Amino acid sequence: MEPSHHSDDQDLGPTGKTEKVPAGKLHAAQYIVALILAVLITGLWRLEVLGADNFRALAEANRIRKVPILAPRGRLFDREGRLLVDNYPSVSCYILREQVKDLNADLPLISQGLHIPIDQIQATLRRYQIAPKYQPIPLKQDISPDEQAFIAAHRDELPELETLDEQRRLYPRDGFAAHLIGYVGEVSEQMLDDPRYAFYSPGDVVGRSGVEQTYDALLRGKDGSRDVIVNSHGKELGHLGQELAVPGQDLKLTIDLDIQMAAEKALDGKIGAIVAMDPHTGEILAMVSRPTFDPNQFSVRLTKNYWNEILNNADHPLLNKTIQAQLAPGSTFKIIMSVAGLQENVAQTMHVVCNGGATFYGHFYACDRHHGMVDIYNAIPYSCDSFYYTLANRLGIDTIAKYATSLGFSQKTGIDLPDEASGTMPSTLWKLKTQHAPWYAGETISVGIGQGAVTATPIQLARALSGIASGGVLRRPHVVFPDEVPPSLLEAVHETYPGSGDTSIPLTPENWQLITDAMANVTSSPIGTAYAAHLDGVDFAGKTGTAQVMSHDALARAGGGKKTDPNAWFVGMAPRRNPDIVVAVLWEHGNWGNNSAKLAAQVIDAFVNKQRKRDNNIRIATTPEPPKAEPVSTAPANPPHPTVPTAD
Amino acid sequence: MPRLSSYRDFDWVLLGFVLLLSVISVLEIKSATLHTKFHGFDHKQIGFLAVGLVLMFFISLIDYHRLIDIAHWAYGISILSLIAVALVGTKVLGGKRWISFHGIHFQPSEWIKLVLIVVMARYFWGLAGKELSWADIGKASAMVFLPMVFVLKQPDLGTALTYLPILLCGLFLGGIRFRQIAIILLGLAFIGGIAWKSGKHLKPYQQARINAFMDPDSDPRGSGYQIRQSLIAVGSGGIWGKGANKGTQTQGDFLPIPYTDFIFAAFCEEHGFVGALGVIVLYFLILMRLIQNAQTASDLPGSFIVMGVVAVITFQIAVNVGMVVGLMPVTGIPLPLLSYGGSSVLFTFLALGIIMNIRMRRFVN
Repeated sequence: MEPSHHSDDQDLGPTGKTEKVPAGKLHAAQYIVALILAVLITGLWRLEVLGADNFRALAEANRIRKVPILAPRGRLFDREGRLLVDNYPSVSCYILREQVKDLNADLPLISQGLHIPIDQIQATLRRYQIAPKYQPIPLKQDISPDEQAFIAAHRDELPELETLDEQRRLYPRDGFAAHLIGYVGEVSEQMLDDPRYAFYSPGDVVGRSGVEQTYDALLRGKDGSRDVIVNSHGKELGHLGQELAVPGQDLKLTIDLDIQMAAEKALDGKIGAIVAMDPHTGEILAMVSRPTFDPNQFSVRLTKNYWNEILNNADHPLLNKTIQAQLAPGSTFKIIMSVAGLQENVAQTMHVVCNGGATFYGHFYACDRHHGMVDIYNAIPYSCDSFYYTLANRLGIDTIAKYATSLGFSQKTGIDLPDEASGTMPSTLWKLKTQHAPWYAGETISVGIGQGAVTATPIQLARALSGIASGGVLRRPHVVFPDEVPPSLLEAVHETYPGSGDTSIPLTPENWQLITDAMANVTSSPIGTAYAAHLDGVDFAGKTGTAQVMSHDALARAGGGKKTDPNAWFVGMAPRRNPDIVVAVLWEHGNWGNNSAKLAAQVIDAFVNKQRKRDNNIRIATTPEPPKAEPVSTAPANPPHPTVPTAD
Repeated sequence: MPRLSSYRDFDWVLLGFVLLLSVISVLEIKSATLHTKFHGFDHKQIGFLAVGLVLMFFISLIDYHRLIDIAHWAYGISILSLIAVALVGTKVLGGKRWISFHGIHFQPSEWIKLVLIVVMARYFWGLAGKELSWADIGKASAMVFLPMVFVLKQPDLGTALTYLPILLCGLFLGGIRFRQIAIILLGLAFIGGIAWKSGKHLKPYQQARINAFMDPDSDPRGSGYQIRQSLIAVGSGGIWGKGANKGTQTQGDFLPIPYTDFIFAAFCEEHGFVGALGVIVLYFLILMRLIQNAQTASDLPGSFIVMGVVAVITFQIAVNVGMVVGLMPVTGIPLPLLSYGGSSVLFTFLALGIIMNIRMRRFVN
């Protein structure tokens, strides 16, 4: 500091006082300034050096938006490559909550433009409240061109609305094969909690039932995405890169469109189920359940009305009755009884005199006719209850249960469809376990005719009959060709849907021949219960079943009515031995097994006609050639269209 | 006065630092407005700087004692202009801060800083050396609080707050005693406590800003948005920055007003910790050079004026950079020498002009 004219301390101002600020205070000011700047530098250090990685990630998340490219789902074809399920292009609307400060203020306009009630939008928003803010919320699917135009016209006012091109499922109309195919929908909360679905994220569209669910991993493909650079208003500034979507794999189902159509037609307007299967392989040729539903309604905007309609329908349209209806099999169970009786060498020599019933343990068990002298050869076409009461009494419940179980009763078949039911096969052990009570011999009698505690699903009956008619070889039913599916997925499917699968039972050629011949007489002999359903020139065999839905006492109290009529069952095949097709028909409250036999005949007829057209020939039953197989070989190569008798 | 002041005595080193920061300012304003409708603000800033430089040289020729002589007149006119703003002012962004006169917009509150600095110097010169009485403290406070109240009513909390360091600096250099400081702090704490409890003395947007400061993530699209985006911008700059014109937060319009209040965040994003450190060091050099000028000033009011400017600039740096790095709530105070804005540039260069004169006259008595 340069010396001034006067001494520093004595400089006088206008008032004659001290003229200088104390040097110590100015030094203090320097330290204060330095301290403040040092604090700011530590603040910068904390953010830019220590927090750089974190903030860099946040900055990237700010500017880069992942726009999904949705993979088209694999299409479904029938066994001959005919298209069953396709996709169609559609536009969906999403809300991006980050784009707007006060979403609620925009709701009236959105509601008006997209035709959604405000409270419904609010409910949707509430559902996604806990989801991260950047996650788009699906607002409306499959929007109309009008609504697309609305969104385009309001880009500036409603920046939160975003559209996305998607591929949507197009299912056959009128619920055709709906239970088999299933439907897709948004992934549910429970599915997200399941480790098997770990790779799904909320909002994903996944198979929710049928083939769509079982083979979702194959059908869904892999969504891609585009990285788009945006500014704070969501305006695209450029893009970084993209990962293309991998389309889902097309799948060929085992069903045959022609057989499926015949089965759908046969069951039209009725309640019940039809399943047709190739016993050689276990391939399902047709699968119908009634009442049905429209899967298209499920994959696009399921309306409340339609959902209520489905839920309130007492006949459970969503239930796939071919694999989920567990009902008393009635007289169809007599096939299993016959296998047990013959293999145990009891039935061969058994003769029963039927006087319209028989008395066991002091209780009279009725038969519907006076069959007179009955043996195993005519017991099946007669469907004589007295014979099977006696046989059941001779065999005992545990022997019956052993054979029934080996033929797949009380176990799932392991078909590759979700939610299969296992049915029930009573035994002493079963009763002890479930009711903690001993088995009474009297209970065995009604099991002999497929009543009592025994229940089965149509698919179980079809598989059991397939095994018997094929000489003891049972197959795992399936709706997708195994070679269409990678081995790892096939294994996973078998693990997810365990069941009795591929197996075999001992069945002597004599017994095999005896049972199948007797079953042929059910339809081809005038004494057979299903003679009215016989097909000219077709080796069509089977067994009827008429299962009571309530006891005689309850029936008397109910006083009749459609819902009290017995269920009509029929399991049949063509030809009688080593059949190419086995059909199980359940017609709920169909009243008489013979009625179901006529439905089965329609399916068998469609199958045989198709086979003949293709081969220009009749398929002849193969080894071992039975002596009584001549009805098949004598049929004309191109017979006149067989008529199904309508009278009983 | 024995001789005219000479430009050899002009503080060229200080001016060099200031011009270096001004160049940085222009470049960052250019970058921050590149893709916006404010494109071209960098050229306007150059214009402001040119006018500021001319005014600085002009003011440096005026003996600062002449300014002290007319300080009371300037003070009176300032108060009148604030009344005028309150009555006929133009409303911009919810605040009545501007007077439009023949197409020239004028924000009196910015200039009053300068007037207050000179008024304080004049007042404490009159008391020089004497121990401050409570009456002296009261008078000084009243002189500052009167314009503060008007500016707070505009409402412009940020600018009003910049008047406080002028008062504090005056009291500190004027010789306030520790006992007095303690009593004032206790009283303020008491009043502050009551005000906070009643919660009626803060406007909703001010309360929201304080809440956002406490927890920026509480409302990422609302009040917390600005502070959150600022923190992301600064932090993502890292050590070396993303490069000029390459800040994603700045260019993508995520950072709010990146050419004025948040210009330092934009600078940090594009030039990183190293660049930010350079700017802070430049500020340090400028402030140290200013304090040196206060030490060499030939008389007490000269030191007071220089220190008043130091106090205002230091306060604005602390609040603005503190806000950008999340140490302070959002207040809307520009960063001297970096933020875009004519009023701010003119204040700085007029203040520098006065300081140049004080320096040139350091041997004059």
